[in-house]
Amino acid sequence: MITAISYKSKQINFKEKAFKKTLALSAIIVVVILLAIFFTLLINSLPSLKAIGLKFFYQTTWDPVSDQFGALPFLVGTLLTSFLALVISTPFSIAVAIFLGEYYKKGPVAEIFKNIVDLLAGIPSVIYGFWGLFVLVPLVRELEMKLHVAPYGVGIFTSSVILAIMILPFSVSLSRQVISMVPSHLKEAAYSLGATRHEVITKIIIPYTKSGLFAGLLLALGRALGETMAVTMLIGNTHDLPTGIFSPGNTMASVIANEFTEATGRIYTSALIEMGLFLFVVATIINVIGKQIIKRFTLE
Amino acid sequence: MESPILKATNFNAFFGKNHILKNINLEVHKNNVWAIMGPSGCGKTTFIRCVNRMHELVPNASVEGSLQLKGEEIYDMNPVVLRRKVGMVFQRPNPFPTMSIYDNVIAGYILNGIKLSKMERDDIVETSLKQAALWMEVRSTLHKKGTFLSGGQQQRLCIARALAMNPEILLLDEATSALDPISTSMIEELIQQLKAEYTILMVTHNMQQAARVSDKTAFFYLGELIEAANTKTIFTNPKHEKTQEYITGHFG
Repeated sequence: MITAISYKSKQINFKEKAFKKTLALSAIIVVVILLAIFFTLLINSLPSLKAIGLKFFYQTTWDPVSDQFGALPFLVGTLLTSFLALVISTPFSIAVAIFLGEYYKKGPVAEIFKNIVDLLAGIPSVIYGFWGLFVLVPLVRELEMKLHVAPYGVGIFTSSVILAIMILPFSVSLSRQVISMVPSHLKEAAYSLGATRHEVITKIIIPYTKSGLFAGLLLALGRALGETMAVTMLIGNTHDLPTGIFSPGNTMASVIANEFTEATGRIYTSALIEMGLFLFVVATIINVIGKQIIKRFTLE
Repeated sequence: MESPILKATNFNAFFGKNHILKNINLEVHKNNVWAIMGPSGCGKTTFIRCVNRMHELVPNASVEGSLQLKGEEIYDMNPVVLRRKVGMVFQRPNPFPTMSIYDNVIAGYILNGIKLSKMERDDIVETSLKQAALWMEVRSTLHKKGTFLSGGQQQRLCIARALAMNPEILLLDEATSALDPISTSMIEELIQQLKAEYTILMVTHNMQQAARVSDKTAFFYLGELIEAANTKTIFTNPKHEKTQEYITGHFG
């Protein structure tokens, strides 16, 4: 006969509860940190919000010496580099995603390519900046000379090319997943009607996954907006409104990185923080929209 | 007698080293409905998937022997051209969720990039939907998404989509097994009507269905074609012991 074991139910209950509470606490801390960052930015940008007001968004002069803080050039710089990066990167990311999500879903080829694409995301930003300075800048300079524009080498275009490479893994990883999720019964239906593989991809897979592909691009855009180091090294850091895609410029993130340590005066510091707040809000909105689209896509 | 639409001569199919179909010999004549019957894993689905070469979408699939569509060797044809001549309806209704009912019917033309005038399109859509006994139910909602239809309606939409290509032969792969009894009987009735214009090969697990709908029945067992004859003969006077056992429910 097996002797009855006396369970100490109190002890078991205590462990169970303590474990659950620890997990909950960790989760709460994450939320608190996020909120704390938001409110820190908000409170510290109040002086600038009051002093500058909406002029912050439409004035083109950024001159800390005369207390003029118009962030429009940086706003334009950020949007221009990010969207240009997206335009450059989209065809590649969709092509790579189709290649990995449809043609080589499994097997050694797929594994190697997937890992290499993921590795791109792991390279430190400063290395992208270095590579850009040594390889990309001379190339862009040659291109600029051929196009008869001022051959700076650094500028919006150069930053966009680097950003395009940096955001590629983010959109590829999501797009690849949604493409590999297309039900095989739909593809079979298309094949049975005499569609070629190319027709199945363009007329069945892409329409079916377009919201997921869009979400992937949106998340990549979110990355591009906030990317700092590589862009700071390559954009030229001028305070003027960019006049074209080859002109040097500045982004909000690189202005903050460049000027925060030397910012003297309450309004100057506060204006930089306001820029951070704005970047934070925009990036959050883009992320939330992207995640919502993915959620709807995976529910379908 | 007229030459057969489909003719298999010593036809074999493989997945890697697995011998799935063994020396199949079968002649399918125009306007006949053939039921392909047999226990799971007997090769009946593989057989009809060889007819439109969907079999080879699986890596390592291969075939030997001869399979002819109207005297033309299927495995010498371009698979894309072949599949436009062979219609297929699958086990689960699979209308394209991104397309309207209208576009689903002419999906074969859209996918293959065949340009049609508005009149031709309207005509094909109406004719095909009428043939699939769906026209009356959907004619006012042609431009809505096909996925809002019931399962049975979706399956008839898939039949219309296959008929729109005016196929030489229509393959039904257990096309009613995911449907309710009412939808099933509607599709069975439809098959009876389609017989006048089309040649149909249907895989079915349901013996009553084979007995009700088909003119001829082929019984497959372990990759071999055991017996192929008039449906009546198969069900009343089977020649082979295995067929007898299967239709009386001893296995399968």
